Amino acid sequence: MIDLLTIFVLAVFVGFEVVSKVSTILHTPLMSGANAIHGVILVGAILITGSAESTLELVLGLLAVFLATVNVVGGFVVTDRMLEMFRK
Amino acid sequence: MTVQLMYLVAALCFILALKGLSSPKYARYGNFIGAFGMLVAVVTAYLHGAVHNGLWILVAVALGVVVGIPAARSVKMTAIPQMVALFNGVGGAAAALVALAEFFAVRDPGFLYLLATVLTVLIGSVSFSGSVVTFLKLQELMTTRPVLLPAGQQLAIAAGVSSVALCALTIATPNGFLLWLLAAVGLALGVLFVLPVGGADVPIAISLLNAFTGLAVAASGYVLANTLLIVAGTLVGASGTILTRLMAQAMGRSLANILFGAFKATTVVAHGEEQRTVKSGTVEDVAILLGYANNVVVVPGYGLAVAQAQHAVRELVAQLERRGVTVSYGIHPVAGRMPGHMNVLLAEADVPYEQLKELDDVNPGITSVDVAVVVGANDVVNPGARDEPSSPIYGMPIFDVDRAKSVVFMKRSMRPGFAGVDNELLYNPKTTLLFGDAKDSLTKLLAAVKQL
Repeated sequence: MIDLLTIFVLAVFVGFEVVSKVSTILHTPLMSGANAIHGVILVGAILITGSAESTLELVLGLLAVFLATVNVVGGFVVTDRMLEMFRK
Repeated sequence: MTVQLMYLVAALCFILALKGLSSPKYARYGNFIGAFGMLVAVVTAYLHGAVHNGLWILVAVALGVVVGIPAARSVKMTAIPQMVALFNGVGGAAAALVALAEFFAVRDPGFLYLLATVLTVLIGSVSFSGSVVTFLKLQELMTTRPVLLPAGQQLAIAAGVSSVALCALTIATPNGFLLWLLAAVGLALGVLFVLPVGGADVPIAISLLNAFTGLAVAASGYVLANTLLIVAGTLVGASGTILTRLMAQAMGRSLANILFGAFKATTVVAHGEEQRTVKSGTVEDVAILLGYANNVVVVPGYGLAVAQAQHAVRELVAQLERRGVTVSYGIHPVAGRMPGHMNVLLAEADVPYEQLKELDDVNPGITSVDVAVVVGANDVVNPGARDEPSSPIYGMPIFDVDRAKSVVFMKRSMRPGFAGVDNELLYNPKTTLLFGDAKDSLTKLLAAVKQL
């Protein structure tokens, strides 16, 4: 458990470090890009569904897989559309 | 071992994706790297973890793709904030569902595990319902004004207190029913929390909910003992937190004031001085003013996007540049409906990003600006925010356009801005008002400047 806490604390610092350097012009793509990244919950959803034993777990898991997929693909596609315009 | 390695690769890709955003030139490659990392992570999880129900999972993923991609492809750039809010909401819901499902699968949960579970369920639910309300507001499916329920504050406090109590209770006596109840209270809390937030403050709500979903995902990483979820969720949490702070600074208000103090002073401002004179000009007057200026700053607001006038303003600016006028755009951090939204809207109209300037770039040299053109903006140029402690927007950093040599204020009518505050700039002798639809006025201006 302490390992996970270590990773969390280090990630906080990396996150603040990287994000504070993001260009102000790109704050909207930052938010939608970050949005796509939290779609990584799809990994959790797949793991949980893959080991589901009861119907309840299966239904909850599959719903999570569906929603997380919408989050991931939608997030990356919207971000790409925006960044394409900034290439000039 | 290989699985952990693949997750590490994915985490690194996510960090690089965010790092790419430090320069507009390479940002798109960064996003590709991020998407690649996601693919690695998802395929790894599927190959390693989908022991059962593999086919079902593929079906659910396919459905998500079928829904997500067309939505993301077709959304207009003006509607990006509500789309982001919606994607944010479904992410939060997914995190809460994962924690719920995991709870029913585990036999003998420990304290930290339970703590992470209740946090994921609570934050995920708040994020989901809050994002949905934000979406409804931005899509104008409901009023954009702050909604003040009778006893709304007490209700919110009650929901907050009972959610904490339910968290404690669930940890003490792990029980599926309590967890469901917690999810329900979380949903109510999200609604109560976003309802009183007014239209102009929605960017803050979006940033904050973004941070929430990040935290929910990080907490779910604890539940599943999955390092990738912890790292990715934390990165998002950090980005949401930073953006929330920046937005609050750009409004000159504290976060608590924005979330809980829906503008109360609106009624106080309208006192009986309505007969004051303003100077309105014709298109030709303004064309001459602009055509013979050396240095022009354009301050666009969301009204520009509402009038679909981004292309018209870019053409006018190009024409002025052909005449040797130096033109830049002053972009306020809260211009638009989410952080940095105006930059995206102008980029869509092919405005080069080098011309997009911030407050700190524009204000120091504002006295040498010949004409400041305000299009579809109001509160961000209101000198009251700087000079009048009694103004409800006092303390919000503004473009000091009243210190430029002259001001052209393009307005549809004398109606006050989003915050409902009267703008002293309108009565300034240096200000010329050009009434009419922004797109219409800009097109006429372009023609008039060409005639010079």
